[in-house]
Amino acid sequence: MSVLPAPFLLPVDWWALGAVLALSVGAMLLLLLEFLPAKPGSSRAAVVALVALAVSALAVWLARDARRTLFGGMFVNDGFTVFFTLLFCAIGAFAVLLSWDYVKRTRIHHAEYYALLLCATLGMVLMAAANDLITVFLGLELMSLALYVLVGFRRNRLESNEAALKYFLLGAFASGFFLYGIALLYGATGTTSLSRMAEFLSASPLRPNALLLVGGLLLLVGFFFKVAAVPFHMWTPDAYEGAPTSVTAFMSVGAKAAAFAALLRFGLRALGGFPAEWVPVLSGVAMLTMTVGNVTALLQNNLKRMLAYSSIAHAGYVLVAVAAGGPDGASAALFYLAVYSVMNLGAFGVLTILGRGAQERVLMADVAGLGFRRPLVGLALAVFMISLGGIPPTAGFIGKVTVFAAALKAGLLPLVIVGVLNSVVSVYYYLRVTVALYMQEPQGEPTEVSWAAPAAVAIVLALALTLWWGVQAGGLLEQAQRSVLGLL
Amino acid sequence: MNFPWLSWLVFLPLAGAVLLLATPAAADRWHRRWATLVALAEFALSLPLWWRVIPWQPGWQLVEKRAWLPALGAQYYLGVDGISMLLVLLTTLMTVVAILGAFGAVRERTREFYALLLALEAGMIGTFLALDLLLFYVFWEGMLIPMYLLIGAWGGQRRVYAAVKFFLYTMAGSVLMLVAILSLYFMQKGLTGVPTFELDAFYAMPLAPASQVWLFLAFALAFAIKVPMFPFHTWLPDAHVEAPTAGSVILAAVLLKMGTYGFLRFAIPLFPTASAQFTPWIVALALIGIVYGALVSMVQPDLKKLVAYSSVSHLGFCMLGLYAMNPQGLAGSMMQMLSHGVSTGALFLLVGVVYERRHTRLIADFGGLWKPLPVYSAIFLVVMLSSVGLPGTNGFVGEFLVLLGTFRANWWWAAIAATGVILSACYMLWMFQRVIFGPVTHEENRNLKDLSLRERLVFAPLLILIFWMGVMPQPFLDRMQPALNRTLELSKQRAEAAAVMHTLPGALFRLPTGGER
Repeated sequence: MSVLPAPFLLPVDWWALGAVLALSVGAMLLLLLEFLPAKPGSSRAAVVALVALAVSALAVWLARDARRTLFGGMFVNDGFTVFFTLLFCAIGAFAVLLSWDYVKRTRIHHAEYYALLLCATLGMVLMAAANDLITVFLGLELMSLALYVLVGFRRNRLESNEAALKYFLLGAFASGFFLYGIALLYGATGTTSLSRMAEFLSASPLRPNALLLVGGLLLLVGFFFKVAAVPFHMWTPDAYEGAPTSVTAFMSVGAKAAAFAALLRFGLRALGGFPAEWVPVLSGVAMLTMTVGNVTALLQNNLKRMLAYSSIAHAGYVLVAVAAGGPDGASAALFYLAVYSVMNLGAFGVLTILGRGAQERVLMADVAGLGFRRPLVGLALAVFMISLGGIPPTAGFIGKVTVFAAALKAGLLPLVIVGVLNSVVSVYYYLRVTVALYMQEPQGEPTEVSWAAPAAVAIVLALALTLWWGVQAGGLLEQAQRSVLGLL
Repeated sequence: MNFPWLSWLVFLPLAGAVLLLATPAAADRWHRRWATLVALAEFALSLPLWWRVIPWQPGWQLVEKRAWLPALGAQYYLGVDGISMLLVLLTTLMTVVAILGAFGAVRERTREFYALLLALEAGMIGTFLALDLLLFYVFWEGMLIPMYLLIGAWGGQRRVYAAVKFFLYTMAGSVLMLVAILSLYFMQKGLTGVPTFELDAFYAMPLAPASQVWLFLAFALAFAIKVPMFPFHTWLPDAHVEAPTAGSVILAAVLLKMGTYGFLRFAIPLFPTASAQFTPWIVALALIGIVYGALVSMVQPDLKKLVAYSSVSHLGFCMLGLYAMNPQGLAGSMMQMLSHGVSTGALFLLVGVVYERRHTRLIADFGGLWKPLPVYSAIFLVVMLSSVGLPGTNGFVGEFLVLLGTFRANWWWAAIAATGVILSACYMLWMFQRVIFGPVTHEENRNLKDLSLRERLVFAPLLILIFWMGVMPQPFLDRMQPALNRTLELSKQRAEAAAVMHTLPGALFRLPTGGER
């Protein structure tokens, strides 16, 4: 590493990088295509984005078997990367389908929207594949910057602007923490590479080192911010509520999963499992996150806000799995993230089709009586709520079982008990939605449904997966277990 | 026998429900017919179990076992024995009765209503047949959703409150059971190295008395809420009163039995030492439930509420019989479960009949119904007497056996419980007198129409069962007794094993007898 080779001679395995390349090319292509005039209602941009995501998924699928390390160990293509890349491509594709009609309706239909969506997805993929803290940071910033803009994309709406500004300011702050953490870790171990950090730590047990501890905790703060863990969650409800609903759907699952991916790789790869003195921190934050998220969600009347708090609570459940640690905890976290992505995308997806034109009908009262007036929409929303509540026979239940089983195996009984009691609390507000859907009559003008084929496909697909994984989760569970093997 | 009988039983109503949802919303006559057809087919499918299940053959019968979640070791594992067979038959019969009984009561959104009833049936049958604890939990909790929607969407004035309360109460109880199930799973895995949720494996695993306590409490809480036992019963009157008639019938006839079934199948045999340790508490709560339920019934102005509180009292007998821990007590408890299902189901239907005609359930709004409604009143008389436990009806057999078993266990318990029998006669007869006898006090009641042919047909099988179980209970007892004795035997064995473990702290060893593997 003493001499930098000329760039064109870099021995890069381009195939293993296919997913990243496809997304980058897609984003650039979208911007270039804007020079060619298109019809006003054209779906060209959405199609290009969808193709880019599909190619990306295909590329990573084709390169799934070989474990490859690129760019001097900064980027690694292993089972973990493959799992998350596929997940992010799926999340991106869901988001494109949900946006398809929504952005036209709300008059934010620009190619930049999809280009930013691809950039954010690219950032997520990089975070999952990063084997170096610098690459993690690159991915994090790529994702975050794209999301800041997307949140504020309805720029003529005050809420959207407010949301973007809040998200940006607090996010920038968190990035600062994150970078500071990296710097201290570099100071403690002399490297930013996760593999070399692991070698260094196993050679010289530095556990009580203050530099390492503080650096690690600062890094955790950065991650906690991105996953919206308490007490770093303040931005979440405002950002989720103000952002265009399709963007909320995307970021509520994508950003969270990406941050958890990087956190897990850091914890398992660099530290060789979270040290025992970190477990109380993780458990404590998990308990707080679940409890604050669920209790605050009880009081919300705006569904977007309610789901924002619910997504905080779900970050808490994933943190339970992270605190459990080891291959069981990690695979439970992966499984839960996949399940959560599908059901949460579905729930927000239903919200994207409520209301005509630019109107936003996302209050609890707006869905009153919808269950019988629009049976499929009602059924979908009800199933997503039931699944988010962790009630069988839905995917959310199996997700909770795996998470709590992992924690129980790690001996975190109090955490598990707090977790299950929290899921009882959460059921109350998820039930409120079903109460509105099936047990109340609409007050005033009933909510219209803007039924569009792409969004319908996405919602039906999410519904099918939520139910399917509720009864047949074996395949996904094994996939998650296999994916974390490379980390240890 | 390769025909997957039990899977058919679980999935036939579910398939019926899904197909029903695919029909146009307006065709409500067809929805009724289709639901009736599916329920009847299901009943016909379950009926052969009466002969097919061989009572004295140990172990599970008609077993189906398939990998379900291999990563966790959970299996799709169904099986039946004398206990669950009778409860499954009760479920399929009462579903037919509930569907036929609801013909007139539900006039809007019939498609969703019947689909949910059928889905509920699938969930209940699955709960009784599942022998894998995770699968059991899936059915146990999944079944809440249709019941919740039935109460909430088709119920009375305070339906939303009642539905949410029902759901949260039951769920709050059962999540700790989930933790207990997972703990058991890890203990078992640590002991044998084989990850599994099979009930047999847990039956074969000795448990130290200290760990039994917490696990038992977690299981018992879930089941006690469902039964419901005395301090946890407050969801029941609300749910019963607000639910539509069909919902009340199913709730009383089958759902409550899941709690007692849970004690019988899981809580007692898995944790016999802790169970014995808590016997005084549970018996005390059961006795309080018997007397309190009866006393509260007495002062209810609302017919449905009266029947609801009488359920608290009757289910107290079931729990008392279980905790007598002798063959008579167990058999009595089981008989009481069945006869309570039939009688109370019938009582709710009877209340539904007058409610449909008068849109009130207040006792004060009736009086002298014998004159306009002679057939109705005669049926009411029989059902009421069976609920009181008149000899010759089904209620007598159960209560008598429970008292017999309890007397053997503890003289005092039986004495207190017997007052419940007297009290039940008081509130039932007094209610009957005010509703049926005397002069017609309200003009509106003078021209009420008596039971239609459909309604008579609904009551016919229930009346037959009331007399059959009352006069000749032996076929029922023959079918349940061997399985009950095995449960008792298993509990004793496990208690002894736990006692040995107690003297050898830290020793890990396996019972020589037990599971199939």
